[in-house]
Parts: sequence; structure tokens; C-alpha cells
Amino acid sequence: MLPFGVYKAEELVKKRDHFFPKNVEFIRAEIDKIVPESNHVFLTDGRVLEYDQLVIATGTSPRPDQTPGMDDPATWRKSVFDFFTLDGSVALRDALATRQGGRLVIHITEMPIKCPVAPLEFAFLADAFFEDRKIRDKVEIVYVTPLEGAFTKPVSSKHLGSMLEERKIRLEPDFVIEHIDPETKTLVSMDEREVPFDLLVTIPLNMGEDFIARSGMGNELNYVPVDKETFLSIKYPNVFALGDASDIPASKAGSVAHFAIELFTENFVDYIEGRSMKHRFDGHANCFIESGHGKGLLIDFNYTTEPLTGKFPIPFIGPLPLLKESRLNHMGKLAFRWIYWNMLIKGRRIPISTLMSMAGKRQTTSK
Amino acid sequence: MPVIEIAGKQINVNEEGFLTKYDEWDEEIAKVLAKQIEVEMTDAHWNIIKFLREDFKKEGETATSRRVQTVGGVPVKEQFVLFPKKPAKKMAYIAGLPKPKGCV
Repeated sequence: MLPFGVYKAEELVKKRDHFFPKNVEFIRAEIDKIVPESNHVFLTDGRVLEYDQLVIATGTSPRPDQTPGMDDPATWRKSVFDFFTLDGSVALRDALATRQGGRLVIHITEMPIKCPVAPLEFAFLADAFFEDRKIRDKVEIVYVTPLEGAFTKPVSSKHLGSMLEERKIRLEPDFVIEHIDPETKTLVSMDEREVPFDLLVTIPLNMGEDFIARSGMGNELNYVPVDKETFLSIKYPNVFALGDASDIPASKAGSVAHFAIELFTENFVDYIEGRSMKHRFDGHANCFIESGHGKGLLIDFNYTTEPLTGKFPIPFIGPLPLLKESRLNHMGKLAFRWIYWNMLIKGRRIPISTLMSMAGKRQTTSK
Repeated sequence: MPVIEIAGKQINVNEEGFLTKYDEWDEEIAKVLAKQIEVEMTDAHWNIIKFLREDFKKEGETATSRRVQTVGGVPVKEQFVLFPKKPAKKMAYIAGLPKPKGCV
């Protein structure tokens, strides 16, 4: 919500140091590589750390350099913007504030991305933003995605797709980008389709850290292959990868990392004590989607169950409706910032179950 | 889940027609599936289909277009030429594998 002036940059950033418990040594250094065969981590400053157990949680980063023409200095953060970085979001806020019209293209390079609903949310908020400024009729909004529809799973894809339609946002599906032409300001796909833009908001390719590739521990996107229920490395019996750094078939979203890690702490203790791990992660994700004008949606899903309609967190009562626009969901999103800093990050339990529940959800077929 | 007859064999498929049992696939079936979606199979096509089958056996997941490029050695652009418009989906369909995960 920063690009639309709702949050300020300083509200979203805090120093990491004081979140660590006192008996944890926090080393801030760059990793050169891991040698998992001998249990060593080599830092670029020459230090070497030896480990019994290694937990990799180095996340994922947007990589505009991976798409030809995307980070061209002539257009990068001038007419081509990213919003999953603080600098990108601030630059985008300034560009939007002075915008008087033209063609806004919202674009996803490739899945997985940090939060698959964020670009949709951006589209809804942009529509509301230009409407509030009384220039919506001067702005054309196009949503370009490599997916077949607005979202990945059928029921929500249909719901969210019709929300794009209602807002006169054109959907350009199955678009796998080959390059961006910075001179003509055009997105060009692998099958030679072209989408011109005046202002491009793109989600660049996301990749794990390069040291994972240097260590020979990653897949083609530098994510560490792990068991999707326990996060134990497929290859190394004393290595785990948590959060965005692993290859689990879920989005790189904060809610996934949160639910995953709640189970992990107990599992980890069991594992190093030689007991079997009790908990099995189900891919649970729970996301608010802002839809503009003080309303929002909420979705709740996991590896096998797509987002459905219903009530949350108390079955049939709610108060939050699932996959449906409401003011309450918007309030939930606003409250979440406080919950994040004061409860989640400090490891306090929130009254939402770690594993997904089917209670209170309507099971519909996608057809 | 429906069971349909392809090339004289009873085959389990999902609601979109993707095969659901790895071992029910063979090349005869692949030819029929390819014809259904108007793909004319050449050596270049078979090369990718065989890579997908082998890779799934090892990894337990259908390779994405990116993986077919980096591990299988066929550039994404070429995948679009061989399997127009929706290569990832079409390759998986012919190879008798689940659609690659959209990764929600």
C-alpha cells in the first residue's frame, strides 16, 4: 500500500537486532558458499563457520537482470518499476503521484513470486486510486500474466478475473516474456506478442541467492529442494531450508513462511534428539487482498485445497468472509501490520490454526 | 475421476483430460493425445516428452518450461514453436503428467 500513499516507508522498516533472543549470536556477513559435505559455511570475509545442523533461510529476491531490457538504465525506475523492494515502491509512489493518464501495464514475469495476489491487489488499488483522482477514464490498465487466468486456481481465478472485468482492466494471459524493448516501451513474449506501456509495474523473476547455486545446493531457480512437509533437504540429512529459500510448491508469501515455521520449531527439536518429526506442513496460506475504496478480500488455502468461499476464522460465523469483498477484510489487513510486528515476529501465537481447516468453506466445483 | 479409452486401452484421466497414472502412458497414447491438441510429433517433440517423463520419475513433479530449458536444454522460445501458445501445459498433457504447478 506504500505506492498509493497509505503507508510510509518508515512504518515498514525496523532493525533486526532487537528481535533476536539474547543468547543467539547474530553474525552479519555475506556468504561465499556452503560445503555441505564437510558441514562448513564460508563467508566472503574469510571466516569459516562449522555446523552440526544448518537451517537455510536466505529468502528470494527479485531479479530484473534476468529479463533482457528490464533493468535498462534508460527506463528502470523511470517508466519500469518493481514494488517488492522498498526503493522500487518509493520510486513508484512518486511516479504514480504525478501521473495524468496513459497506459499502465501490470506484469508478472514467472511463478513463483513473493505473493501471488499482490499484483492483482495492485491492479485493484490502481483502479481506485485513479478513480479517486478523477482520471480513471484517461488511464488504460492492462494485466499481463504467464498464467491462464487472473490467478492460479479455478474458483479464485474466476472470482478475481470478474473483478478485473468489472474494473475494466484488460487481462493478457499466457504471456511468457522474452524481453522488454526500452526504446519503444514494449513487452515482447516468447510467441512474439507485444504489449506497449507508458508505465510498467513488473514483478521480475524471483530467485534464491546465488551462493546456493555456487554451493551446488539449488534447483534451476536457486531454491533448495526439500521435503515439502518437513523442509528437510532431500540430499543432506543435517540441512533444512525454510521460508522462501526452499522449493516447496507454494508461493513465496509471508503467511506460508509463518505457518511453516510454527510447526518447524518442534519438529527440529525432535529431529536433533533423534525422534521422528511429528508435524507435517500442508502448504497453508492466508492472504488479505485489498480491492480499493476501503474494501478487501481474504483467501485461505493449502497445497491441495484451492481458495474457496465461506467464513473465517470461525466456521460459518466469521466474521471475515472468504473470497468476497468487504470492509471487515480491509480492517483486517490494516490490523495485520500491528499483529505482524507485535505478535508474529516475536513468535507469539495468533488465534489462527497452523494447518488449514475445511470447516465453514463452501465446496464448489470450478465449472 | 473419469476413465476413458485411448488407443484401445482404459486410461485414468482428470477432469481436464490429463493422465493421472504415470504407468498407464506409452508412446501410442502420446501420439493420440498430441493429435487431439493438433501437435505433429517430430524428433524434437519426442526429445522433450522423454525428458519430461524421465525428470518426473526422478523429481516427482512435472518440469516447468524453465527446467526444460536449463536442465533439458531446450530454450523456452523453441518450446513455444514446438507446442504453440501453452507449451508447459501441452508438453505435460502429451507426456501423460500433471500440469506443472502454478505455484500459489
